[in-house]
Amino acid sequence: MLRLDNLAKRYKTGDHALRGVSLEVDRGQIVGLIGPSGAGKSTLIRCINRLVEPTGGKVYLNDVELTSMSGADLRRVRRRIGMIFQEYALVERLTVMENVLSGRLGYVPFWRSFLRRYPQADVDKAFALLERVGLAEHADKRADELSGGQRQRVGIARALEQDPELLLIDEPTASLDPKTSRQIMRLIREICEERSLPAVINIHDVLLARMFVDRIIGLTAGEVVFDGPPAELDDAVLTRIYGAEDWTAMQTAAAEDAEDAEDAAAAHGGHVRRAAEGERPEERLAGLA
Amino acid sequence: MSTAAAGRRWRRPPVLIQSRRTRWLVYGGLLIYLALAISTVEVNWLRVYEGLDRGWRFAQGFLAPDFVSRWKDISQGLAESLTMTVTSTVVGVLLAVPIGIGAARNVAPMPIYLFCRAIIALSRTFQEVIVAIFFVAMFGFGPFAGFLTLAFATIGFMAKLLAEDIEDIDEAQAEAVRATGASFPQLINYGIQPQVMPRLIGLSLYRLDINFRESAVIGIVGAGGIGATLNTAIDRYEYDSAGAILLLIILIVMAAEYSSSHVRGWVQ
Amino acid sequence: MPVRELDGRPVWQRRTTRRQWAIWAGWLAGVMLFVWCWKLMTGRTIWAFVWDAPRQAADIGSRMLPPRWSYIDKLLWPLWDTLNIATLGTLLGIIIAVPVAFLAARNTTPSALFLRPVALFIIVASRSINSLIWALLLVSMIGPGLLAGIIAIGLRSIGFVGKLLYEAIEEIDESQVEAVRATGASGAQVLDYGIVPQILPAFAGISVFRWDINIRESTILGLVGAGGIGLQLQASLNTLAWPQVTMILLLVLGTVLVSEWVSAKVRHAVI
Repeated sequence: MLRLDNLAKRYKTGDHALRGVSLEVDRGQIVGLIGPSGAGKSTLIRCINRLVEPTGGKVYLNDVELTSMSGADLRRVRRRIGMIFQEYALVERLTVMENVLSGRLGYVPFWRSFLRRYPQADVDKAFALLERVGLAEHADKRADELSGGQRQRVGIARALEQDPELLLIDEPTASLDPKTSRQIMRLIREICEERSLPAVINIHDVLLARMFVDRIIGLTAGEVVFDGPPAELDDAVLTRIYGAEDWTAMQTAAAEDAEDAEDAAAAHGGHVRRAAEGERPEERLAGLA
Repeated sequence: MSTAAAGRRWRRPPVLIQSRRTRWLVYGGLLIYLALAISTVEVNWLRVYEGLDRGWRFAQGFLAPDFVSRWKDISQGLAESLTMTVTSTVVGVLLAVPIGIGAARNVAPMPIYLFCRAIIALSRTFQEVIVAIFFVAMFGFGPFAGFLTLAFATIGFMAKLLAEDIEDIDEAQAEAVRATGASFPQLINYGIQPQVMPRLIGLSLYRLDINFRESAVIGIVGAGGIGATLNTAIDRYEYDSAGAILLLIILIVMAAEYSSSHVRGWVQ
Repeated sequence: MPVRELDGRPVWQRRTTRRQWAIWAGWLAGVMLFVWCWKLMTGRTIWAFVWDAPRQAADIGSRMLPPRWSYIDKLLWPLWDTLNIATLGTLLGIIIAVPVAFLAARNTTPSALFLRPVALFIIVASRSINSLIWALLLVSMIGPGLLAGIIAIGLRSIGFVGKLLYEAIEEIDESQVEAVRATGASGAQVLDYGIVPQILPAFAGISVFRWDINIRESTILGLVGAGGIGLQLQASLNTLAWPQVTMILLLVLGTVLVSEWVSAKVRHAVI
């Protein structure tokens, strides 16, 4: 499915962001990429769809080599790789619907996208996706009117609108509260399972990673130092990835954080049931935070 | 789930005006205005065609400027422009500071506020050139009238922006200074000056730049400076001298912008 | 002296002393520059005229009042011309300024080495030269009339709109652009979906702001023959018809106030 072969990236400043990363991701597999800041997680993800140009190695998607492509070919491949961003990266001044439809940009000619005259099939798909992520009524709102969790749902819908064969997900929960983070991760997981989509998720929160991914890859200073199922991720491995730290204490603190958020939601009485059922509780949570 | 939505139309909601009726009215009105406006522009195309030749000569003059033959006039005009710029900016800014403080609603009492706002409005309403015509009529030809014009315009410009800055300050800081029992001048000095000073300096440099550009214009109505020289050169169709003057103006403006960005970085 | 001011901050004392001296020296140089400029500037001033100014002012003031109200019949058509110069000139300026701004912005320019400096030079050249000077040049080239005024306003507006717009383009949120590019969008689509929505409010604000300024500027272009109400002003000044001058100024005042109000409304609506 996706294969990286000795991928390397060296920035002009001389920093080696990636030093020969090789790995394979199979159909339907959800891979969590963990590692300290500056380990090259973000670079790795962006090298796959070549938003960042790798300086060495090769990327294969379905045995098609991507690193030598350019222009129209590259865009044709990019449209099959959905990407979900840290801080959502929605076009804030466009409506939710326009943002979702922008997932079709690689498919439609310029005049269609310019006049917003998308093929009916694309519009149908967009409405269905908005319903799937629970934002059907918000289609004509501007993206900057939504709360964080809602925006990330739009980001997910935009990526799916591309009919992707692969999802690249960059810190999807970086600016969300613990509760919403879990909901977003659960949504991503469900969607990947529904479509047996492979996904590479860049994630800084080890607990979340353990909970929602099939396989964890630990990256340190541009090199893979761990590759295995979440169950094998013990303190020794964490120390190998992140350096020495009191992991037990950290995990307890993180768990307490998550509980705090749920307590806060509970304190809001009537909302808590709906929140627990996962029915767009972000607004309330955002109000609490 | 997906079948429920099938076939549903989507159109981008209108960006600005929601009601379709008013939208058509506004856009239609604008179109009609444009058609009317363009149709009432009378152009003597023959004259324009003849002018293309002169335009070409100007372009040549701009590329091969002649600094030498009118250097005496140019250098004197430039000296007048530059001195006018410096003196008027200094005097204008010095006068604008108290007026700007007086025009800030959060520090000045009502009567003073209205008085200072009136001065600002008076100074900002009329084009520098119109003001210059009056000052020339009163004070006679020459750079002194130009100096007064630019200083007058500087007051309105600087005082308005300073007043807005003071109104936008972080009130908590001023509050804290007031709580120490500070007097009014102390409040200005400790609570407000530090917050507005960097921008005040930046704006003064910007105004210096504007004043130089304006000083090249008011010479056309007799208020001294490089404008008079330029006017003469263009009247005599000496496009190479005119090109030289324009190039000098552009160079000085570029130098001013370049150095002011440095000063601004240094102040902050 | 500087030491006394530093009582509270002994650590910084030495360094600040030197700095304090530098500041004093700077002030001294500034004052000397000012005095020198003042001397140079007033070198050829005839002070008798200056001292006579209050009397002149009183004289002109008494001649200006009352305004000649009936003159307004002859001013309406020139006023229409003035508005057209400002509006059409602004449109012309915007049409040229938009591509120039995209060439000048660091993140959208196709060639930072060659095209960007050219675009920046166009912007600074247009900004440095006042519309009245452009009008002077154009009148001498293509003859007096509205067209010269429109082009003059347009040429001056390129620099203003271009500069503010390219700064707005450089300040956009790159992650939104990246997200659009990641969908496989072409260059034109990235522009349409990633960049234009972000700069549109700034663009509308800048354009209306410049239109407002251009209304003021176009009232005086007639002084050099480039059409509009300035022609009447010039004629009235030449014949010393001060009551007519007052009437013109009142009309200009009204127009400027209305245009300022409109521009404030529109800017409020788009942002």
